[in-house]
Amino acid sequence: MSAAAPAAAAQAAIAAPDAARDFRIAFAIMTALLIAAPFVVYPVFLMQALCFALFACAFNLLIGYVGLLSFGHAMFMGFAGYIAAHLAKVGSIDFTLPLIGVGPHWRFGPLPPLVAIAAGVVCSALLGLLVGALAIRRQGIYFAMITLALAQMVYFFCLQAPFTHGEDGIQSVPRGKLLGIDLSVDLSMYFFVLAIFLTGFLLIYRIIHSPFGEVLKAIRENEARAVSLGYSVDRYKLAAFVLSAALSGLAGATKSLAMQNASLTDVHWSMSGEVVLMTLIGGLGTIFGPVVGAFVIIAMLQYLSPFGQWVTIMQGVIFVVCVLAFRRGVIGELAAVWRKSL
Amino acid sequence: MAGDIILRTQKLTREFKGFVAVEDVDLSIRRGTIHALIGPNGAGKTTCFNLLTKFLAPTRGQIFYKDRDITAAQPAAVARMGLVRSFQISAVFPHLTALENVRVALQRERGESFDFWRSRRVLAQWNDRAAALLDEVGLTEFAQTPAVNMPYGRKRALEIATTLALEPEMMLLDEPMAGMGHEDIDRVAALIKKIAAQRTILMVEHNLSVVANLSDRITVLTRGRILAEGDYATVSSDPRVQQAYMGSGH
Repeated sequence: MSAAAPAAAAQAAIAAPDAARDFRIAFAIMTALLIAAPFVVYPVFLMQALCFALFACAFNLLIGYVGLLSFGHAMFMGFAGYIAAHLAKVGSIDFTLPLIGVGPHWRFGPLPPLVAIAAGVVCSALLGLLVGALAIRRQGIYFAMITLALAQMVYFFCLQAPFTHGEDGIQSVPRGKLLGIDLSVDLSMYFFVLAIFLTGFLLIYRIIHSPFGEVLKAIRENEARAVSLGYSVDRYKLAAFVLSAALSGLAGATKSLAMQNASLTDVHWSMSGEVVLMTLIGGLGTIFGPVVGAFVIIAMLQYLSPFGQWVTIMQGVIFVVCVLAFRRGVIGELAAVWRKSL
Repeated sequence: MAGDIILRTQKLTREFKGFVAVEDVDLSIRRGTIHALIGPNGAGKTTCFNLLTKFLAPTRGQIFYKDRDITAAQPAAVARMGLVRSFQISAVFPHLTALENVRVALQRERGESFDFWRSRRVLAQWNDRAAALLDEVGLTEFAQTPAVNMPYGRKRALEIATTLALEPEMMLLDEPMAGMGHEDIDRVAALIKKIAAQRTILMVEHNLSVVANLSDRITVLTRGRILAEGDYATVSSDPRVQQAYMGSGH
């Protein structure tokens, strides 16, 4: 072995902390902006944007780092939102069978916000396990279609199940209290949401930069080769799918408490499309891209609402421009210019 | 001498909707040799290769690796047993650096770990070995280069380094010289000879001349069947082999 080999290893050791430093700087800037933001911008809007940002990050984990395009991710977000809203407002689990009117049911009253959110996350993870186990057997467009079909079934379930109140949704969900702090104050709730967002965001960063994430990237790059190296690709994909579903659930559950309602909008297929748009505009496979994309889209919906139906057209135009002119998305293009990974 | 045979097939057959790509192939590959599987286009080499590595399921027949029946095994499981393949088109992970490419294979030592909460810093423990493997195939200067930016011949070398990282008992190389220039061919041939010292190699090749100095034993395949088998001198002087190659325009 030549003397150059250890030198190369040393070089690798240097390269890694460099990227980590870039991340820390970018993360610090983002956190500072988000802490200052509610004193300038309406906190409820920011909470909504943060929940969508986390949702987009969770979606990006799957498409950007495993190469799986799920077209039914709204089911995880929306379903967890219903679960959390129901538990925080009513607090019952009811498996009473229709027609015969018997079956197990428990009533324990409204649950504290963290418990309600945790329950939402667990439910979406279980749903993710079920959907993922079916969907990962197929690839590409077939994978996307299976997720879409299953999401439509979840939508129908949410339309029909009694606890979701169908078209009305679950309204005026109480935010509750956390460690004695009243979360019905918008600013308190904002920092609660921010804490959840940052935790989820850091967890995703960690997943991407874990030994597990390294295998995921290898699968994205060349699935057959990963198999030939002895990796059970399907199990890795399923694990990533469940993680992404759970994090989408975290976003949805938090959103239903922050917005104080859970509705069919969040389980609708168009929401699954919206998250694709957010991720593409921000930058697919970048860490900060989905956050930027989510803020752009939510800001558009908010501030362009006077234009009514025209917003859809504007979104379409932006999407086309994005795909034609800057395919790597806002953050992806910036990263390419600065030669950094963001 | 059954103990000397590492990989064996029995009446291996694969049909594609009525078309028989591989028919009744009985292969025996002896431990510690370089065995070449050659044949003109469409002879069924790649199909045969995919059957051996379990990327395709045989229609009939059996495959034994170290006297264990692996006919029904999963491809990833076969790889974990020490039978590792390469691909015809270079199979690297394009957006990972050369070092990361090799490390993905080395990481297998941890087993199938799903520890997403751990930092990738634990992977640094393999940096030195990855660098040593890259050095072995002459890629030290490319350690930090994303594989996608490497010249073609170098990608093939990287692929071999990645395969070597698994320390396979047996390597299956699918046309390792395909699409290469002369100097690359010589480099890869030397490399294959070097790594064959401790292991068995089965390689699929299109050209007889490439495998001449390299292989201990050659099996010639045409139209899915074995036409001839033996060392280079025997095979190349076989009129049927000459006919098969002439017939397809070589």
